[in-house]
Amino acid sequence: MSTKVKKTILYIAIIILSVICLCPFLLMMVNATRSGREIMTSFTLIPGNNIKDNWNTMSGYFNIFRGLLNSLFIAVCCTILTAYFSALTAYALAIYKFRGMKIIFISILIFMMIPAQLGLLGFYDLVNAMTLTDNYIPLIIPAIASPATVFFLRQYTLATLPKALLEAARIDGANEIRIFHKIVLPIMAPGIATMSIGTFIGSWNNYLTPLILLYSPKKFTLPIMMGSMKASQDITSNQGAIYLTVAISVLPIMIAFAFCSKYIISGISAGGIKE
Amino acid sequence: MRIPGNLGTRRRKNVNNTGYLFVLPFVIIFLIFSIYPVIRTLYLSFTQYKGYGEPVLIGIDNYKRVIKDAMFWRALLNTLKIWSVNIVVQLGLAFLLTIIFSDLKYRMKGVGIFRALFYLPNLIAPASVAFLFAALLDWQFGTLNQILIDAKVVKVGIDWLGQPGTAQLAVAIIGAWMWFGNSFIMLMAGVQGISKDYFEAAAIDGAGRWKVFGSITLPLLKPILLYVAITSLIGGLQIFDIPFLITDGIGKPNGSLNTAVMYLYNTAFNYNNVGYASSIAYFLFIIIAIASGIEYKIMYHKKED
Repeated sequence: MSTKVKKTILYIAIIILSVICLCPFLLMMVNATRSGREIMTSFTLIPGNNIKDNWNTMSGYFNIFRGLLNSLFIAVCCTILTAYFSALTAYALAIYKFRGMKIIFISILIFMMIPAQLGLLGFYDLVNAMTLTDNYIPLIIPAIASPATVFFLRQYTLATLPKALLEAARIDGANEIRIFHKIVLPIMAPGIATMSIGTFIGSWNNYLTPLILLYSPKKFTLPIMMGSMKASQDITSNQGAIYLTVAISVLPIMIAFAFCSKYIISGISAGGIKE
Repeated sequence: MRIPGNLGTRRRKNVNNTGYLFVLPFVIIFLIFSIYPVIRTLYLSFTQYKGYGEPVLIGIDNYKRVIKDAMFWRALLNTLKIWSVNIVVQLGLAFLLTIIFSDLKYRMKGVGIFRALFYLPNLIAPASVAFLFAALLDWQFGTLNQILIDAKVVKVGIDWLGQPGTAQLAVAIIGAWMWFGNSFIMLMAGVQGISKDYFEAAAIDGAGRWKVFGSITLPLLKPILLYVAITSLIGGLQIFDIPFLITDGIGKPNGSLNTAVMYLYNTAFNYNNVGYASSIAYFLFIIIAIASGIEYKIMYHKKED
């Protein structure tokens, strides 16, 4: 077989794989517009006209916008806190020399490898003792300390920040925090953006922590709200409404991905290279 | 430019204090919300504790109990089964794609687009994924069975999530679907990091595709492969969201989707046995650490003799 033929076969195989990969999303969109009865009886790729009924069924059970807003609020707060404080910490670890620096750095490395479930119960117990359950504070404040982000941004700072620039600013009389805000942050911005996308998605998709901390339905994040769906017979009897709920939960991420897939992927590649 | 000595030292002192000031917020929050919970869990693992009241120290009784706990070992075995199928499919696909896209002779185009497409499932909340597949794989009303029946592959729908074997397989494949794009990106990044000189030299020497792959690509990809395998193991042994939501929360059918972290969760929050659950957390951690160590040993020492 000539190279060209082989190449064509490979392309076809890869395209088939892509279709299989996207198929669940496609079926999700189509089924979100069909009635429960239609979904139960047949399969098609032609959208139905039942989206309004599905919407009403879903709205009768919960207010999905509330879940979207709650998730968005937590994810945005986490992203801002992680971005700012990780950059600050990473910069300090990369530029200054002070005692205890090594201990901090080693702790960061250790906690990057420790599985999250290890501290889960102690975390719950702590939040309980602080009487902060059913509160967003324990979902947001811990974002200030994100070891993996600090680690990545420290490497990034070492690689991109010209030290002469800092010296020049110091000679000009700028104080340290001003140097950080005016000079360092803009230079670190691409690295921060890359990490922030990951932080945002991680928070948006987080299930276990809000599951153990939140109990009033009006505070539920989107994944928790969806998780509560299981209990309702109304909604499980209408499959169209389930598909619609899933579709609404997936769409924001898909739209975001369409715009910044490049950054997301460079972030993952960077994660692999660092080893 | 010359700086007087005392000015220099004074500035250095200031700078040092600034360093402390800058890391202070991180350190405080890290101590409270990361380090303390891990230590607290360790303490609780030696106590009898219901999540309220005072923990009562009982020594290593909890650990003795985990070792003999058939439910725990079953949950761990389920987790391992799901993970091992998942990693084979996930890494296999990622590898195949890496070989195709890094082939110098074919020079395949569109790697950027395919990378993005393959990565997309990884971004979706596991909760959404669980509901999506619970609906698609439903025995009576699921779209997959309808397709299979229409295509005359089967006569009667398969109860994918109702039989232990297929349920575990389904969760493993869903995991592979979510993660192969991630592994592919990592491996591609690794290949792109390999100097072109090696490949050109091999081409001049007339080495075939598989020879190049076995003697150049694979050995140089080892560090990244190891990273992918270990992070996947750490994540895979903690799988929770999807089996939890795709079943009844305790691992239907017949306990086959009861994973280690799900058992931990139910022990702590449904049976209020926080002390015992803490020892499960540590026991699982030790197992993950040992497994990672073994993985490291296999990959770094087996072929280097």
